Amino acid sequence: MTETKPRLMRRIHGMMFKLPLMITCEDFEDFILAYLEDELNARQKFVFEMHLKLCRECREYLAAYRISLELAKQSGKADPDALPAEVPEDLVAAVMAARDC
Amino acid sequence: MEADSRSQAAKLDDDDAIAGLMAGDAGLTELFVRQHIGWMLAVASRVVRDVHHAEDAVQNAFSKVFKNIGSFNRQSALKTWMHRIVVNECLMLMRKVERAETVPIDDLLPVFDGNGCRIEDAWAIMETPESLILKSDIRERVSEKIDLLPDNYRIILVLRDIEELTTQEVAELLDISEANVKVRLHRARAALKRLLEPLVRGQGI
Repeated sequence: MTETKPRLMRRIHGMMFKLPLMITCEDFEDFILAYLEDELNARQKFVFEMHLKLCRECREYLAAYRISLELAKQSGKADPDALPAEVPEDLVAAVMAARDC
Repeated sequence: MEADSRSQAAKLDDDDAIAGLMAGDAGLTELFVRQHIGWMLAVASRVVRDVHHAEDAVQNAFSKVFKNIGSFNRQSALKTWMHRIVVNECLMLMRKVERAETVPIDDLLPVFDGNGCRIEDAWAIMETPESLILKSDIRERVSEKIDLLPDNYRIILVLRDIEELTTQEVAELLDISEANVKVRLHRARAALKRLLEPLVRGQGI
């Protein structure tokens, strides 16, 4: 599964990302949250998306990041197939008893 | 609204609930407790990850609700106000609780080479959230992975991405800066992405 890029290609990539309007993957990483929350200005967004077009690693990373985020969000939502949870009678009783104190 | 109804389908609206609680009406109060206890327990369980502590947090939260209902200012829905209270009670409890095993965050963060280039395995298969969510017990498996995150990070991911609080609200609850919330949220998401990779790659976990 691992397919690490040959060293020469990585060096070329490293140099390319130093050109104007280019950022490294490490810089890209710092922009992800703001990008997803649409907080980047037009220039930052352009630079971010340019990197995304050129970099297979970041493209795949971001895609997996989004999927993982979506799964986290869904994990907190009730399973539509699950039966509705019963009201915990003991706890209701405890809450009501504490209120009477 | 019949105050004596114990049907779970019966729902108090905010006005009836507030009036009932302020008047100390036992029937309405019980109806109110039954109406809200389920989701409050679900929230508390997600935050504290322990059934007994979750129950304690819910009980404490109801005490706070009963005590402070007079000062509820109606700037939000009653449920939103109660959500903040239960989260806050969870956070207070968690300060006293040692949690089970977690994975150090540094082991889960993205890796870069000396040129600042990302080291990321090529993805042969990438499942979609839609297909993954149809798998049985997926929520449980994702929750188990979230549990492996250190609390400093896990709490922020749970509050922001699952409980859907704003960055500002999380910053206030935890008494840290918004910038700090953002940094930790991103790290938590990146770490979770690493933990969920086998699943997203179709390898199961």
